[in-house]
Amino acid sequence: MKRFILPVVFLGGLVTLLAAGLGLNPREVPSPLIGKPVPPFALPTLNAPDRQVGHTELKGQPYLFNVWASWCPTCYQEHELLVELSQRGVNVVGLNIEDKREDALKMLARGGNPYSVVLVDADGRSRIDWGVIATPETFVVDAQGIIRHKHTGAITWKDWQETIAPLFEQLYREMEPANG
Amino acid sequence: MANALFNVVRAIGLSLIFAMPAFAIDSFQLPEDPATLTRYQVLAEEFRCLVCQNQNLADSNADLANDLKRELVELLESGKSDDQIREFLVARYGDFVLYRPPVNKATAMLWLAPLIGVLGIGLVVVLLWRRGRNEGDVVTAEPVVDEDISNALNELRAAKAEPQDKES
Repeated sequence: MKRFILPVVFLGGLVTLLAAGLGLNPREVPSPLIGKPVPPFALPTLNAPDRQVGHTELKGQPYLFNVWASWCPTCYQEHELLVELSQRGVNVVGLNIEDKREDALKMLARGGNPYSVVLVDADGRSRIDWGVIATPETFVVDAQGIIRHKHTGAITWKDWQETIAPLFEQLYREMEPANG
Repeated sequence: MANALFNVVRAIGLSLIFAMPAFAIDSFQLPEDPATLTRYQVLAEEFRCLVCQNQNLADSNADLANDLKRELVELLESGKSDDQIREFLVARYGDFVLYRPPVNKATAMLWLAPLIGVLGIGLVVVLLWRRGRNEGDVVTAEPVVDEDISNALNELRAAKAEPQDKES
């Protein structure tokens, strides 16, 4: 019986390794932007296409930078959550990519508008600077404009409670010494 | 008969025409300079399409892949070197964008795994070979008997032997 121990242990190890690999989300590619300042941008806004907003104007408080589009089905899944977060006082900034203006406005008119401002990246150039692979993706940015976390896919309440909310609270605490 | 043969040939010919691969229609202007075009083609094969993951940029028609190819052309035409373009993409998408990842702490296991595998297999082969040789020398291949069975057999033999002793 002894001679079966080694193969069984080896097979068990292999199965465990492969099972762990299957459990991972291949879309969650670690972003090299974590800990770095947001990429510089100056983009027109959805509500006022002739007005541009730059990255420096967003500094001063932590915010969620949510990359979305009206043609993205998964974006509808998290929309309600974003609306509620904005009602609770979370600053949500939107980056609307490769979308038709009227479609984007229609989505916000129907589902509510969680965004303090929606930046328009009509040709998808800015999202390359953010290393965005697929919508929706959400970055947590601190008051200094440093990217602290990236979430791939729709945000669920579980994600918010377990990961994003604690980080957001921490970012607000980090601001306190500067204010006082 | 000849007519039927002609139909078959024609059918094959038609199917070949329609089986032409659907070439990617790129939504941007490819470099006109032949040298730049070659560099573009080499680079587009080197980068991973992050949406489809198991395709390179050149083979992919995904939205992001097309945008990245457009970016690639623009970077080439603005006079960036191949290394600068690699840095540009790695800074945004990480090492994962490269089909041939650099050797560093995170990828050490990836690069060492084949070596470890070959060494492991070599070790097993050597062990098996040595064991085989030893057994071959002695030629006392004992029949494989489970310990429980051999114990039971011994007990039986002992039990049988005992009454004989009493009789004699």
